[in-house]
Amino acid sequence: MDNSRKHNYFDLLFASVTAVASFTVIIFIIGIVAVLFNESSLAIGRFGVVNFLTSTVWDPVKGIFGAATTIYGTVVTTVFALLFSIPTAIGIAIFVTEIAPNFLKTPIGVAIELLAAIPSIIYGMWGLFTLAPIMSRYVEPALKASIGKLPYLGFLFQGNPMGIDLLTASSILAIMIIPFTASIARDSFNLTPSVVKESAYAIGATRWEVVKNVVLPYSKLGIFGGAALSLGRALGETMAVAFVLGNNHRIATSLLDAASTITVSLANEFTEADTDLYLSSLYYLALILFVMSFVILAVSKYFLLKAERKYSR
Amino acid sequence: MKRVLKIAVFVLAGMLSINQAFAVETLNGAGSSFAYPIYSAWAYAYQKVAGTQLNYQSIGSGGGIKQITERTVDFGASDLPLSPADLKKSNLIQFPAVIGGVVPIVNIPGVKPDQMRLDSQTMCGIYLGDIKFWDDAQIKALNPTMDLPHNEITVVHRSDGSGTTAIFTNYLVQTCPAWKDKVGTGTSVNWPVGIGGKGSEGVANYVQSTGYSIGYDEFAYAQQNNLTYTQLKNPAGKFVSAKSETFEAAAKTANFDPKDDFNLMMTNAKGKDAWPIAGGTFVLLAKDKKAANIKTAKFFNWSFTHGDAKAKELIYIPLPKSLKDKIRAYWKANGIHY
Repeated sequence: MDNSRKHNYFDLLFASVTAVASFTVIIFIIGIVAVLFNESSLAIGRFGVVNFLTSTVWDPVKGIFGAATTIYGTVVTTVFALLFSIPTAIGIAIFVTEIAPNFLKTPIGVAIELLAAIPSIIYGMWGLFTLAPIMSRYVEPALKASIGKLPYLGFLFQGNPMGIDLLTASSILAIMIIPFTASIARDSFNLTPSVVKESAYAIGATRWEVVKNVVLPYSKLGIFGGAALSLGRALGETMAVAFVLGNNHRIATSLLDAASTITVSLANEFTEADTDLYLSSLYYLALILFVMSFVILAVSKYFLLKAERKYSR
Repeated sequence: MKRVLKIAVFVLAGMLSINQAFAVETLNGAGSSFAYPIYSAWAYAYQKVAGTQLNYQSIGSGGGIKQITERTVDFGASDLPLSPADLKKSNLIQFPAVIGGVVPIVNIPGVKPDQMRLDSQTMCGIYLGDIKFWDDAQIKALNPTMDLPHNEITVVHRSDGSGTTAIFTNYLVQTCPAWKDKVGTGTSVNWPVGIGGKGSEGVANYVQSTGYSIGYDEFAYAQQNNLTYTQLKNPAGKFVSAKSETFEAAAKTANFDPKDDFNLMMTNAKGKDAWPIAGGTFVLLAKDKKAANIKTAKFFNWSFTHGDAKAKELIYIPLPKSLKDKIRAYWKANGIHY
């Protein structure tokens, strides 16, 4: 009798401790939103919502602020980073699971995980001192001379190749998010039942056919999940791109133009924002990024759940 | 379990008592990253003499202003002076602590440091995008003997908010009406042309790695990294080199006035040999924090008296003696009897 009461008591304590731990997360999120909203209220009052979202002016001297340029930069760098990284990551995953001999699998897997462990500021410094000069000297002039001359696609590679631009920033982001997509894709490839694969080989399918018709359909979900995770990372990444994007508040049409993302503006301007309205506008940008990330991740989660239901049937 | 707890309590108590025994008076400051090296050098020497330890966070001038306004530190540090009206609003006072210079840096093959001559009109034209090539007639007129190439000028500026940008744009605003109309001055501005580098090192890196480029950087940074800085024509009409003598000449002729709380950007100083782009870095005090102000004034008084050599060594320009005396009088006038 006495013993069981003690048991109940501990159980209750245990349950409440874990519950408190979980609720802190929700409290933190609510707290962050409240602070962002409170701090940006001055800018919200001055510029409104639609006007702030669509205005391309960012002039700290005159005290006129708009978010369109930074939202645009955030979306463009993220989209191109995903375009670069997803095919590469799938390639890595296919090689590691289906093609590589066993003695190569572990070193490559470890290398991918190490890539994920590098702090983003190191990507930033490496981008500034190593990648940007390589891009401006070799890669970008070559792209400009080839793709830049084509119709339809040519506009993407106009202007002076400086190495501080959307292309360099997207490349660094792509390298940063490859490990996420790749390791999740690899894990889901490994989940493909070997019996199915072996049957396919038995009826004379080539490696390419097995990957295309058996492995990829089996692991669509995993790839999608990995991509969603990388998307979240790319949207909010700051230090890796702060150095190589130039913090230029303009709508860039060419990948060789400098631009700015929300996080890049915050990293560059927050410390020296000297008027209340300026600071408030930066908080407003942060609030917008918060909402953007939330919406995008919620949408991808929704599709993921929908797909999961479809496949589990 | 109990034993572990007992030991932990003992260790904690021991640590606390040690902490108590070594408790030193600390001075808390925050702000300007430009001033950080000299403040820490002064503080290191000052601690040996007075025992007061400086805890300085170089979080940027904007942060420094915010922290002293909210009274979370003993003093704030800003590269821009606040106007007397702004000071009054937050019940603050301010004084300059040390001076730094900003120099144009170029990367043109064959051009050495202190060789090319520029003036405010050409600087303004280049940064507005009106002067596009190095062999522009205006640049040629200033450098008749140089063989200037017909290459496009790549303009580099700071991408982050910075006191260096504020001083540089203030120089352009004062001398170039077109700049005043189109751009203005501030820690970050809406640049008409050019690419942005993050921090002094970002600007230096882009200028060094991009041929036919121009940028601006703190003089200390430009000299330590062997960047190619130029001469400039000052308001007296003389071409001056960037060196400590011309910065000191600028400091001497800058008219800092305690009645305006020393609110002065000392660009385009009048002196015959004065370098035109220089600015003070300022210390902000809260009027109502008497004890903290005395601590801060003691530290800066000591630094003004003993710190000039150290400042020069770190390529800052110490304040002229007359200005230091004005600051000491200003402290007294504001009830800080250090």
